Amino acid sequence: MKQRRKERIDRGTKARSDDIFALTSYREMLYVAVPPVLPVIALLVMPLILPPYWQKVLLQTTIFALLAISWDFLVSVGMVSLGQALFFGMGAYVAGCLDHYAGLPIWLTIPLATVFGGALCTVLLLPVLRLRGVYFSMVTLVLPLMLERIIEATGMLGGTEGLTGIKPFGNSWVEMYVVIIVLLIALFGFRRLVTTDYGLVLKAIKDNDRSVMSAGINIYWMKAQALFISGSVGSFCGAYITHVYMFVGMPDFALDYSILPLASAVVGGMGTFAGSVMGAFILVPLSEALRNVGGLRIVLYAMSLVVFIVLLPEGIFHYIQRKYQQFERWVEVEG
Amino acid sequence: MNEATNKTNEVILSVQEVSKSFGGVRAVVGVSFDLRRGELLGIIGPNGSGKTTLVNLITGFVKPDSGSVKYEGQDITGWMPYRIARLGIARTFQMIRPFAELPAFKNLIIPLFSPRVKTLSGGKYGDLDSVAKDLLEEVGFERESSVTYKAAGSLPHGYLKRLELAKCLALRADLIILDELFSGLSIAELASIVPIIEKLMVEGKTVIMIEHRLRELFRIANRVVVLNYGHAIADGKPSEVMERDDVKQAYLGTE
Amino acid sequence: MLEVTLIYGFINSIILSLVALGFSLTFGISGVSNFAYGAMYILAGYAVWIFINKLSMPFFLAVILAVVLTAGLGLALYRFVLLRVRGLVISEVIATFGVGLAILELFRYLGFTTFEYTLPVFTDGSIEIGNTYIDHQRLWIVGVGIALAVGLYLFTHHTKLGLAFRAIAQDEKTALSLGINSDRIAGISVAFGSGLAAVAAVLILPRGTISVNEGYDVLINAMAVCIIGGLGSTVGVVVASFLIGYAQMLTDAFSGPHWKMIVSLVAILIILVVKPSGLFGKQKELEERI
Repeated sequence: MKQRRKERIDRGTKARSDDIFALTSYREMLYVAVPPVLPVIALLVMPLILPPYWQKVLLQTTIFALLAISWDFLVSVGMVSLGQALFFGMGAYVAGCLDHYAGLPIWLTIPLATVFGGALCTVLLLPVLRLRGVYFSMVTLVLPLMLERIIEATGMLGGTEGLTGIKPFGNSWVEMYVVIIVLLIALFGFRRLVTTDYGLVLKAIKDNDRSVMSAGINIYWMKAQALFISGSVGSFCGAYITHVYMFVGMPDFALDYSILPLASAVVGGMGTFAGSVMGAFILVPLSEALRNVGGLRIVLYAMSLVVFIVLLPEGIFHYIQRKYQQFERWVEVEG
Repeated sequence: MNEATNKTNEVILSVQEVSKSFGGVRAVVGVSFDLRRGELLGIIGPNGSGKTTLVNLITGFVKPDSGSVKYEGQDITGWMPYRIARLGIARTFQMIRPFAELPAFKNLIIPLFSPRVKTLSGGKYGDLDSVAKDLLEEVGFERESSVTYKAAGSLPHGYLKRLELAKCLALRADLIILDELFSGLSIAELASIVPIIEKLMVEGKTVIMIEHRLRELFRIANRVVVLNYGHAIADGKPSEVMERDDVKQAYLGTE
Repeated sequence: MLEVTLIYGFINSIILSLVALGFSLTFGISGVSNFAYGAMYILAGYAVWIFINKLSMPFFLAVILAVVLTAGLGLALYRFVLLRVRGLVISEVIATFGVGLAILELFRYLGFTTFEYTLPVFTDGSIEIGNTYIDHQRLWIVGVGIALAVGLYLFTHHTKLGLAFRAIAQDEKTALSLGINSDRIAGISVAFGSGLAAVAAVLILPRGTISVNEGYDVLINAMAVCIIGGLGSTVGVVVASFLIGYAQMLTDAFSGPHWKMIVSLVAILIILVVKPSGLFGKQKELEERI
């Protein structure tokens, strides 16, 4: 019986730029160079041309993109976090406390919060690392909500009021470009990291942890390291936002910071980091444009999450990448 | 038998009275044996007789209820699998699950990344890719052929088994435990894998093989342990063990 | 004082097991952790409210309809979402989480957050045990809670469907080869779990107003109980509920209600360090160590 099957073939330029790198025209060079370079230039130029309101949106988008990257990294090691807000809130509170109680300057609070926030999250989640699968998701979902309740109930660290009067950046250009540069470093850094031998081992833990274990590698230690890296990126986001809003409080543990990064990574496409950034740059501005729908925002994120995970699990980035690098044709095969 | 030097006679692995139950099922019951350096021990027995559990007990994937496991004189009972692997005990799994999207040679990066390998190569990792390709050549992947670069998920069964062997070599293990390595292989594929194991023996490695394909096993093994319902019912030379009535009974299931 | 603590601790414990039973049942049978569980609970509550107040249905009809509706939603969740991503844990978690979130936040958006949203009690009045007054609703909770736990045990051990449930839970492949349709059973298990959430809701919600946030609390409590008791173990659910239930009541009595939340958190962290599979975890050690 004759059947039809879709065949995918790499475009010539793609094939030649993969291993041997033999490009023969400016057109081909553009084909290879445009996808990574253009967005970077756009990101760097955008603050210069956007009106002030949309600059704030860009800032938020960048933060969510960073959170999405940190989520994506954890997933590639096999840990599905449902509580990126834990990392975010932890960084926010560490930075807020260092500023409020210790009076440290901003160029100290943010780096310190990045490191200590990441370390605190790692220690909190250490017991879960021994278990596989849903336990990690459950505990990460539970922790930020509980920490929020505990702060509310006990009135620690400012309680429901939060801590106000945190020092601002002072210069809006510095404020804007700090986070953009960090995003670019994180994006290309993580993309690089997962191709190194170290990154390979991390990803292997997700595929087959028993095999990694029998290779004499302490997977718990590796997972803890991954958790620290991801937690630090998340904590940086929290610390940074604390100084932008000059406030730290319970909203820093809010569900938004868990669900939006997750939605961004899933919609954009998991495992590439570029997909996560792309997802954030679609979802956050979109929800700003639709801001008159207010509370419906989270519903939309949640719905897009379900729709994409079921119908287009590869995400937008992979989809576009495939169309860009391969052509498809129908071929007849013997069935 | 082997030339009986002191080195080859040294006990490398000593399993003493290990037992393990899952729920009410007694998977392994008081099994003991000593393994000497350079031996090739076959562990055989009907399905569900506790062979794989025994391997899991030795390699730390399961903690024994009682009994002890000693490796080179050191008590390793209940250690975590990665610590045991670092001592130089490598194993393959019955269900082979390679890192499917990775090229075949990249699969070896994981064992090569082990702290054991780093220590043995003098604290430096070096270029792991080329080491990996060398190892693949050792287990019969043609040098610079396309299989080396193919995604491991698309490799034929015979190559996957060899890839598993290469992982054990990558770890530079002294004791290699092969869980049903021969299962599902054609005669031709077997003919290409057996010499690799024979070469390991010449190099002085110690090997434990769990096998159902007794004919092939008995050609290379110098000793077998027979398990039945978790008990070790026989231990000795292949030819002698198979003559015993209780062993025949266990296999044929006659009462 | 002590008497009050003991009695209310008992009731609190029963409430916790009621809340956790459905979540545990679904996981125990199909391995699906239903993160939309809290949403199902709240949905059932609002459904009853709408049936009574907008459609003027009699109370018990509204309750039965709400339970059936919620169970049907669970079945739909399985058929249209989970079935497509079955076996991919990451996708299962994200999909159920997304569905739950969408339902809960939709209610918030629609404005279901004021004090008018209360459910009627089954019967009014209270009785006196010793010197403690207990209202009828709490007695209902205790009665139905115990009946459900016993009923579930009998169901899974003595009925055909229940035995099929257990067969799937123990070894899906073998069950499949014995002619048990594992997809159908798994679907029913999600529906069953959701229905139990609805039953818990109509029993427990009359004690206060229905609020969206309670959906998250229910999910947290259910997961806390299941993590401590061991995922998928009914005995574990009951034991863990009593441990947390009384621990919460005691902290409430001696250090104030603020610290109640901390009990579950600390309990989760301790159990994960000491016995990661939970008190009665069925996870094989093989999996646990890796």
